[in-house]
Amino acid sequence: MKPNIAATLLLTTALASGAAYAKGTGYVFVSSEKDHAVTVLDGKSWQVVKTIATGERPRDMRLSPERNELYVVSSEDGRVDVIDIAQLKLTRSLPVGEDPEMFDLSADGKRLYVTNEEDAQVSVIDVASGTLAAAIEVGEEPEGVRLGPDGRRLYVTSEVANMVHVIDTASHEILANVVVGNRPRRFAITPDGAEVWVTAELGGQVTILDGANNTVKGAVTFTPKGFRADDVTPVGIVMTRDGRTAYVTLGRANHVAVVDVASRKVEAMILVGKRAWGAALNRDESRLLVVNGLSDDISIVDTKSRKVLRSVPVGRVPHSVVVDD
Amino acid sequence: MGARLWAVLALAALLPVAAGAAGATVRVAHLEIVGDARYDATRLEFRGLALPLGRPYAGAEVALREARFVGKAIGVEFALERVAGADAGELTAAVARLNEEGVRYFLIDAEAAVVAEVARALRGRELLLFNVSAPDDALRGAQCQPHLLHTAPSHAMQADALAQYLVSKKWRSVLLLQGPLPEDALLAQAFERAAKRFGLKIAERRAFVLSNDPRQREQGNVALLTAGAEYDVVLVADSDGEFARGVPYRGVLARPVVGSEGLVASAWHWAWERHGAPQLNARVEKHAGRKMAAPDWAAWMAVKTVVEAVVRTANAPFAAVSAYIKGDEITLDGFKGNRLGYRPWNNQLRQPLLLATHNAVIERAPIDGFLHQHNNLDTLGYDQRDSGCAF
Repeated sequence: MKPNIAATLLLTTALASGAAYAKGTGYVFVSSEKDHAVTVLDGKSWQVVKTIATGERPRDMRLSPERNELYVVSSEDGRVDVIDIAQLKLTRSLPVGEDPEMFDLSADGKRLYVTNEEDAQVSVIDVASGTLAAAIEVGEEPEGVRLGPDGRRLYVTSEVANMVHVIDTASHEILANVVVGNRPRRFAITPDGAEVWVTAELGGQVTILDGANNTVKGAVTFTPKGFRADDVTPVGIVMTRDGRTAYVTLGRANHVAVVDVASRKVEAMILVGKRAWGAALNRDESRLLVVNGLSDDISIVDTKSRKVLRSVPVGRVPHSVVVDD
Repeated sequence: MGARLWAVLALAALLPVAAGAAGATVRVAHLEIVGDARYDATRLEFRGLALPLGRPYAGAEVALREARFVGKAIGVEFALERVAGADAGELTAAVARLNEEGVRYFLIDAEAAVVAEVARALRGRELLLFNVSAPDDALRGAQCQPHLLHTAPSHAMQADALAQYLVSKKWRSVLLLQGPLPEDALLAQAFERAAKRFGLKIAERRAFVLSNDPRQREQGNVALLTAGAEYDVVLVADSDGEFARGVPYRGVLARPVVGSEGLVASAWHWAWERHGAPQLNARVEKHAGRKMAAPDWAAWMAVKTVVEAVVRTANAPFAAVSAYIKGDEITLDGFKGNRLGYRPWNNQLRQPLLLATHNAVIERAPIDGFLHQHNNLDTLGYDQRDSGCAF
């Protein structure tokens, strides 16, 4: 692992000349689908520090392993933009195929796994060369994509086929196709890889897969007060590092559910903004940031008291949030 | 819903392991009428807002393509065939033949009279017939059949969606312009019912004709037709569409036009961009070389219904698939945001409708605030208690 990281570090530094290490800047990054930009907020004052123009329709984002770069996928331009965090500047763009929406980055930072909605495929991109290493055919409208903790398995949802594809990252072969709840969207995986949680937007549930044998082993459903089952449309999901608690954003029901992973019990419901989708935890997991796509703001939740501390206006149709604290 | 859905999921999840061995094929047949006047080239040419943009078979084909992967994964091949007939008799004969061969699922793209006749003739057979383009309320009422399902919205649903929108805008007084065709009368009736249901006032009801004859100018001239009355909005009931397209901007008063032009309540519109719609629109456009319209959506939805039920029941025998389709558990994704399923009292697919202009979706009905004790989608169309259907 160590030499790998060192090599990547060297390479990254060479490519993005002048990049300094910026650890824990305290910045919060929010992608805005209709502004074609990433809004950078100060995580203390919640003031806008900068708006960085990206490709068209920026959506999913991820920090590089060294946390000095932010990767942002631009759906309409078919590329992943790389933002240098110290300079808050776009330094390069990688072509990733048509209509990408979500992606994951390997732990060594060498490979990007991107879902291409219109082509029904997963593109594997070599980060250093910016070239396509492999293309894997999957069901129509792939969306959520997540690597298992050991990096050997890749999980991909197909919104139309209502399936999770389990892919071997070495051979790029599909190992299993598992039928899950309707319109499956995104993943959270327990640290031991034993459970893969996938949100099912129209199914109104989280389907739980057994990470060892790729079968469905359970489901979590949600009943926020004042909403009907049909209004519960889970999309975003994030799990604490210890794998004990999952936060699930319920879309039209405007709530975030706090779920105890071991017992699969919903412990709390937190009211947030309109159409809550994206969610992220800060480093010490004291704060949960929730992106409200239809009210153009983010909700800052205190994870201990499970209360919303404040909501912060951001760009038009915000999609994802990343915290660099 | 929890326990049963969970059981089905578990069953479906086990399938991939067993898959590969079985080579089952599920066949779907699409029925249409040769020379159907609704798809007449000159008529399609002027792109009426309430008219199709082409034969809905394209929508069925796109749905079939979407099913390839899931089919492969569960060891079922889905197949689609296209059958054209001159009339109801020919279609009925074709269905009977295919049904003997084991085909259980049929889409029918025809006018209401043909749909009614074919459905009546096939009563008692082991099959399901999906009506993808006839909006007539009678098919969901007096003429309903247990094996006839409707993915196309009804006139009543469209009128209710429009009425809700008018109420939400406080445009309560309506000038109703009605054409000479029997179908125009059905549109007007549906709107009258909706007006009563949601508390709109029909200020006046006037008949129009598509004519330049000076002796008929009171009925052919939009300025004259819209003069001498007080109203908030003009509703045109014109199934043909040619008169309707000349109504906006020709009235004497500055009043919006709705109904068959201006703002139309529809199952689909290519300008809809939420819930995955851009991807679906792109697939249809790529495949058919034209934009996607309501009948395409209805045909797409019918094939998706069959695929969903076959997948969730692990390709169970027909009776189980049919029960699953008509049951409460089914979750259909129509790319309109809601979970869709069929109303048990008349087999109508409950669905949101899009209120659209020529290039924008203005609202989605049911409009916020129109509530129902069970499912807000049932504020559109005939509810259980006022359904005239007895299977």
